[in-house]
Amino acid sequence: MGSALLTFIPRVLPLMLFSKIQIPMWLLRWLEYVPVAVMAALIGQELFMSDNQLVPITHNAALWASLPTIAVAIWTRSLLGTVLVGIVAMMILRYWIV
Amino acid sequence: MDLHPYISVDGDKNWRGVVPQLDQSTLQISGQENMEEVQDHATFMQGVKDCIPTLLGYLSIGFAAGVIEMTAGLSLAETALLSLILYAGSAQFIAAGMLASNGSALAIMFTIFFVNLRHLLLSAAVSPYFRHLTPLKNMWIGSLLTDESFGVAMTRAIGRERLSERWMHGLNITAYLNWFVANMAGAYFGRWITNPERLGLDYALPAMFIGLVVLQLVHRKNKKIHINVAIIAVVCVIFASMASLGSMSVIVAAVIAATMGVFMERWK
Repeated sequence: MGSALLTFIPRVLPLMLFSKIQIPMWLLRWLEYVPVAVMAALIGQELFMSDNQLVPITHNAALWASLPTIAVAIWTRSLLGTVLVGIVAMMILRYWIV
Repeated sequence: MDLHPYISVDGDKNWRGVVPQLDQSTLQISGQENMEEVQDHATFMQGVKDCIPTLLGYLSIGFAAGVIEMTAGLSLAETALLSLILYAGSAQFIAAGMLASNGSALAIMFTIFFVNLRHLLLSAAVSPYFRHLTPLKNMWIGSLLTDESFGVAMTRAIGRERLSERWMHGLNITAYLNWFVANMAGAYFGRWITNPERLGLDYALPAMFIGLVVLQLVHRKNKKIHINVAIIAVVCVIFASMASLGSMSVIVAAVIAATMGVFMERWK
């Protein structure tokens, strides 16, 4: 399956390469910001976009559901709690909107 | 004893703050007094334990993936293979969707490739902490890397110079097994769930990412810059997505945002 290989290579290659080559200073600094940037971008895409269109705020259940989710995340710092609250919030919001 | 990444406790239970310093010439990160931060002796079971909070998130996504795969006409055996070999939620959803609408094999492969290109970034970001291992060992670690194991690993990496190989395997393998079981459960029980969205199950993935990002921000020293980076990333991804960059928009947005982060650090 070609797709399996295509998933495998970008996963494996950088780790194998960079572990042996000395990483330059600027790259290390840049890499420090990558995690937050990537995760924020993913979240942004999930919350705000639907099929390359910006979802209007009034119809965006995902965005509203993120509010309690973020609050719980900051308050409890528990991943489990955050996910549960997110799911329940979404369920409630969908029940009202649709 | 692990109180906090920036606090070290000596044998007499005295604690002191440890400030990591960057040595310009040799590119080493070392604690001011205590070099024990350099070794990471975490065990396999510790990795398993640290994976648990994220399991529920992926359990629901895996379950949803299994349901959708079944709906797309995949047999139980095919679902098993897909979840084990592909092991990527986003890719599996896309693959199932395209199979259902009879997309061409080439189009599927292209889309999957670009969606997973971000693994390049994740892999690169995590690599400094595994430099003490051989390339072959790193291959095993990298092959099971996901957004979620990445998030957990980076949170643990704050304030440390390296991560334990065993711990990473514990993390990876637990996530992998969990994903497989979730997919199979979804495929098997899927026939009884008519509408997963009504239960809000599809929100498990964004909710988990939100949790991981908040955890990252909470532990970082220069919070302001990281928060700005996050905001820039969101803005960029919105514009990139509107410009129809599709799956590339995440990568483009992340690259721009991370670069801005470096500049903001310089301008301080």
